[in-house]
Amino acid sequence: MAKITLDRLRHSYMPNPQGAEDWALKEMTQELEDGGAYALLGPSGCGKTTLLNLISGLLRPTVGRILFDDADVTGATPEQRNIAQVFQFPVIYDTMTVYDNLAFPLRNRGVPAAEIDKRVREVGAMLDLGHMLKKRASGLTADGKQKISLGRGLVRSDVNVIMFDEPLTVIDPHLKWVLRSKLKELHHRIRRTMIYVTHDQTEALTFADQVVVMNNGEVVQVGTPVDLFERPAHTFVGHFIGSPGMNVLPCSLDGGRVDFMGQPVETLGTVQASSGNGKLELGVRPEFTRFDSIGIPVEIVKAADVGRFRIVETRHREHRIRLLVPEGQPMPSGHAYVRFDPKHTHVYRDGWLVN
Amino acid sequence: MYKQLNQKAWFLVAPVVALVAFNAIIPLMTVVNFSVQETFGDNVFFWAGVDWFEQVLHSSRFHDALLRQILFTAIILLIEVPLGLIVALAMPRKGPWVSVCLVTMALPLLIPWNVVGAMWNIFALPEIGLMGKGLRSLGFDFNYTRQPLTAWFTVVLMDVWHWTSLVVLLCYAGLVSIPNDYYQAAKIDGASAWSVFRYIQLPKLKRVLTIAILLRFMDSFMIYTEVVVLTGGGPGNSTTFLSIDLVKMALGQFDLGPAAAMSLIYFLIILLLSWLFYTVMTRNEAR
Ligand SMILES: Nc1ncnc2c1ncn2[C@@H]1O[C@H](COP(=O)(O)OP(=O)(O)O)[C@@H](O)[C@H]1O
Ligand SMILES: [Mg+2]
Repeated sequence: MAKITLDRLRHSYMPNPQGAEDWALKEMTQELEDGGAYALLGPSGCGKTTLLNLISGLLRPTVGRILFDDADVTGATPEQRNIAQVFQFPVIYDTMTVYDNLAFPLRNRGVPAAEIDKRVREVGAMLDLGHMLKKRASGLTADGKQKISLGRGLVRSDVNVIMFDEPLTVIDPHLKWVLRSKLKELHHRIRRTMIYVTHDQTEALTFADQVVVMNNGEVVQVGTPVDLFERPAHTFVGHFIGSPGMNVLPCSLDGGRVDFMGQPVETLGTVQASSGNGKLELGVRPEFTRFDSIGIPVEIVKAADVGRFRIVETRHREHRIRLLVPEGQPMPSGHAYVRFDPKHTHVYRDGWLVN
Repeated sequence: MYKQLNQKAWFLVAPVVALVAFNAIIPLMTVVNFSVQETFGDNVFFWAGVDWFEQVLHSSRFHDALLRQILFTAIILLIEVPLGLIVALAMPRKGPWVSVCLVTMALPLLIPWNVVGAMWNIFALPEIGLMGKGLRSLGFDFNYTRQPLTAWFTVVLMDVWHWTSLVVLLCYAGLVSIPNDYYQAAKIDGASAWSVFRYIQLPKLKRVLTIAILLRFMDSFMIYTEVVVLTGGGPGNSTTFLSIDLVKMALGQFDLGPAAAMSLIYFLIILLLSWLFYTVMTRNEAR
């Protein structure tokens, strides 16, 4: 068990990286608490796997250090770091039985046979593989194979961290849900550090206590699911998390007051207009936008029913504003006015939160 | 929906049938024709039944050639398959050296077979050949034109030089197609280099190895040109393998009947052994 510290970590797959584009992972300093459940969330190609492989030791960082507690492990092998990692696509040892597959990481480390048997049966039962332990692994379905991969990641009891790299990609939706709950439950029980990589916000938000949102090789925000929802640190987080994503509208500042297309917009406290120029935007989630008798005049474009809510799309000139209206609430038609909840209206400069 | 029998399809396969008939079935039938008849030329034939087959099967000449053939094929398979695998494992997977290695490996395969024979013939000559002279000056009594053992040594060495590349290239293709995830997972699982070979590489190479062994088996079982050019089947009959013996019988002595019978037996042996290899090597997949 260990606290993981990433110290000014950077990585490039090129021999001599020049511009910002050459870095698969831009500079990052981060602490992952011992025993935490983390999710690494971001679109495909943003550097999640790269970061994971750096932590596990499959890759050596171009720049920076990695510490487990106070020990520098930057140059250590995965074996020395004592970590477990599950990959996106199932990896199984074809010629072995399911049992031998699960026992493999333990046997390689010389664990006594009795202990191996106990661990394998435990993990096998948890993943519903108990009845097929004696079967050849190559005969299983894709789901079964990925369960074996998962099982090999979970079978060792003494690891510093368990990492999952989009482990449920190939698994069907129902089983996905079951396995995710089991992982969550397991985390509660064993309290090992777990890092769960995904590009699916639902997976990240339901699994993790702390979500690390990445974009373009950078960490944009680290926070609890509530933080990410209520105070997105970057317009990217606003867009990427929540469905539909945050409304992002151009705005200007007038002596600390926010102004959208000539309409004053209320925010909590005054916004410091100080530092320099840069594109200003205001962001407010559809959940915190409502119809009112006064406010910003809009035209209603369309409405879509999504269960307990209706997503209503409106337009003020060329700017789209979306609202989430609870079912059963009256909805105007044609022309209407919308207002933003001041507590949840944020101002962004060049994408980053300023108030 | 009913499936309709469409007889027009026959027209579409007709060209292929004609082609196969001309280059396989018809020649094969003439061989069958020769194998059951006796002729003294002038297109006069007498029915001979299975006499020729009995004669060939009982002749010690055929037994000896068959034994030599099996021994030769066994030796080169035992050398070329492991060696090819080792070389493929040692080759780089990426970087500028990949193409250098691949081209070097492919070179022996691009040389015409009679040239290979001629090259090794000269290379191994006891008086002037680089290898022959070299071995002699090192104190070995090497003379492949006189000694059966050194003749075998030279023939085997030539075949290994000529054909190991094929095994290497097939294994290499198999190796590079193993996804990197497997090696990464093995590292995480703490697997040793031997375990990686035993539990990842070897199982993934099973198919290409099956193909490599089959190809090398069939080819070496029919080896002719290189050996004829190198040793002419000698000294004595010591390197007279089945196909060389067959040509001697058919064209040297013009014994068409026994030669035809021998061809058919030869063909059946190859077919049987290939089937055996294939079934044994793929039997696990059916389960
Ligand atoms: N082995 C590699 N060699 C070169 N570039 C790579 C390699 N692996 C990933 N990259 C690049 O690094 C970036 C981040 O990739 P990755 O970490 O796999 O993203 P993610 O896992 O978030 O989808 C991508 O632009 C990708 O093209
Ligand atoms: Mg990835």
